[in-house]
Amino acid sequence: MTETPVLEVKGLKTYFYLDDEKVAKAVDGVDIVIRRGETVALVGESGSGKSITSLSIMRLVDKPGRIEAGEILYQGKDLAKLSEKEMTRVRGNDIAMIFQEPMTALNPVFTIGNQITEVLRKHMKLSKKEAFERGVELLKMVGFPRPRETMHEYPHQLSGGMRQRAMIAMAISCNPKLLVADEPTTALDVTIQAQILDLLDEMKKKLDMSILLITHDLAVVSEYADRVLVMYGGQIVEEAPTDKIFADPQHPYTKGLLESLPTLDKETERLGSIKGVVPPAYRFPKGCRFSDRCPYAMDKCQAINPELKHTTFDHKVRCHLYE
Amino acid sequence: MTVTEVLEKEKTSQETILKVENLKKYYPIKGGILKRTVGHIKAVDDVSFTVFRGETLGIVGESGSGKSTLGRTILRLDKPTAGKIIFEDNDITEMGNRKLRPFRKNMQIVFQDPYGSLNATMNVQQLLEEPLIVQTDLSKKERTELVDEMLEKVGLRKEDKIKYPHEFSGGQRQRIGIARALILRPKFVVCDEPVSALDVSIQAQVLNLMSDLQDELNLTYLFISHDLSVVKHISDRVAVMYLGQIVEIADKKDIYREPLHPYTQALLSSVPTINRKNKRERIILKGDLPSPANPPSGCPFRTRCPFAHDICKEVRPQLKDMGSNHRVACHLHA
Repeated sequence: MTETPVLEVKGLKTYFYLDDEKVAKAVDGVDIVIRRGETVALVGESGSGKSITSLSIMRLVDKPGRIEAGEILYQGKDLAKLSEKEMTRVRGNDIAMIFQEPMTALNPVFTIGNQITEVLRKHMKLSKKEAFERGVELLKMVGFPRPRETMHEYPHQLSGGMRQRAMIAMAISCNPKLLVADEPTTALDVTIQAQILDLLDEMKKKLDMSILLITHDLAVVSEYADRVLVMYGGQIVEEAPTDKIFADPQHPYTKGLLESLPTLDKETERLGSIKGVVPPAYRFPKGCRFSDRCPYAMDKCQAINPELKHTTFDHKVRCHLYE
Repeated sequence: MTVTEVLEKEKTSQETILKVENLKKYYPIKGGILKRTVGHIKAVDDVSFTVFRGETLGIVGESGSGKSTLGRTILRLDKPTAGKIIFEDNDITEMGNRKLRPFRKNMQIVFQDPYGSLNATMNVQQLLEEPLIVQTDLSKKERTELVDEMLEKVGLRKEDKIKYPHEFSGGQRQRIGIARALILRPKFVVCDEPVSALDVSIQAQVLNLMSDLQDELNLTYLFISHDLSVVKHISDRVAVMYLGQIVEIADKKDIYREPLHPYTQALLSSVPTINRKNKRERIILKGDLPSPANPPSGCPFRTRCPFAHDICKEVRPQLKDMGSNHRVACHLHA
């Protein structure tokens, strides 16, 4: 437990400055600790700030957004303070990222081989031939049946699942310590989703990586994550080991999400639902950001935004009900 | 038997509203300099089933299984290649547009993406009024009354009438899509992935709304989705499609408790669930869906099936009743 975490995010704030002088506080004071070999899930609905959190960690936030405050500590370095040039070295080498839609992340005019060897030659300083051979090896590792032929194929010749495998091959090519996976299976069919998630799990063990899994899908989280952070309104509202968050959800938002989710092992006539919608990031309610949708909201909730506090040693919740 | 079970049984009192017989929808593939037809995409390939009045029949399948084409072809939004579509004892397969018009009133569709399916230049009043103008002789005042009533039913405010689609959230837009589909009081509604684009908490709101409206307006749903959990929640019966064919169809309880087709088994085992205890052993399918332009001979699933043997290559299995209307197309159950 005393081992330094692979990644430690402290008080991260990423704001977007919109045209009409509104400020969207997309990420507003987020702390994340990811230990070695751990899969941490960041769960939330659209507009919760989960993707902006992952982009901030990669330093990929573009104008009009910028990292306003906070530290992103990776092996003692604060990524938030690195120059763009230093950060380029971190991306891929130390921290790699895969996205939801592999077709938009892959370049359609280059072959898979071009794209994978580019990474290897740039980051690992391999020769052309070495890079090609390593590329074949990587494709084989992620499950391409004919890796040598695939090296000469273009992204559009691959199916969605195969494209995501190619993305994973590229992401792991430089043995990163941390893989940030932003909705890696959302665009895929359920049988393919199972293949990809199992592959990620296998790669994690084989390469001794940690994974930050960004997803909206609680069921995926329950099967693959070790720890869960629930995000709402740019902040973490609950944090716990996976088993505990499903056995004993504490935040009213987490509870609402679980009740509104139809699952195969549940028999319900009627789904629970959370009233209203996620507020836009430039117009959060005062006080607790969930207060306008919360069935338990009290006067206090409208006035003061609660802190994220421990309820047990490994369970934290941001809610006045637990004070 | 509890009261709800009795009611449930009455609800699906086996009165047929729609019958689909040997339906095929092929799309030609054009190739060569002369753009001649060089092959066919068999999007729907010999599908037969019945929908009973008042029930929800779920159609599940992965992308490319032909489930959306099936929905569109049944509504005659696409012309069938072969087969029969019989709605309330009327064969609508070959009907021209004029003859179809009274049937269109009774058969409506809700799309996945309410943003893409709603005309962005029309406000809510205009969007909801349009079907009434096309299909009825109601006066402006009567139309407005119906619009107001429908808005209330789907949980939107009357004041929202003058707003345009982009001013609404995704969930609200889907409510508009539902209102537009239901304003003519159809009997049969094809719901094509109606909640797939929505967040979980909003998805629950819309699913609950759809159930309420079904009871209130006595609707029959054909509910198309890739999400097995959602389909389980909303359906009375479920059909599983693979490469344009129905491989299994049964009451919801039966198909989820005891799936018979190896594809259904694999599909169900792939769905992540929250309660880890009663999880079934995961069956990881090899490979991807074959191209519907060039489907395997015999059983469409045989190239990925862990139990495939010689006969599967040669003979296409037919749907066979295994008792209590649980029908499966697989040589293992021949």
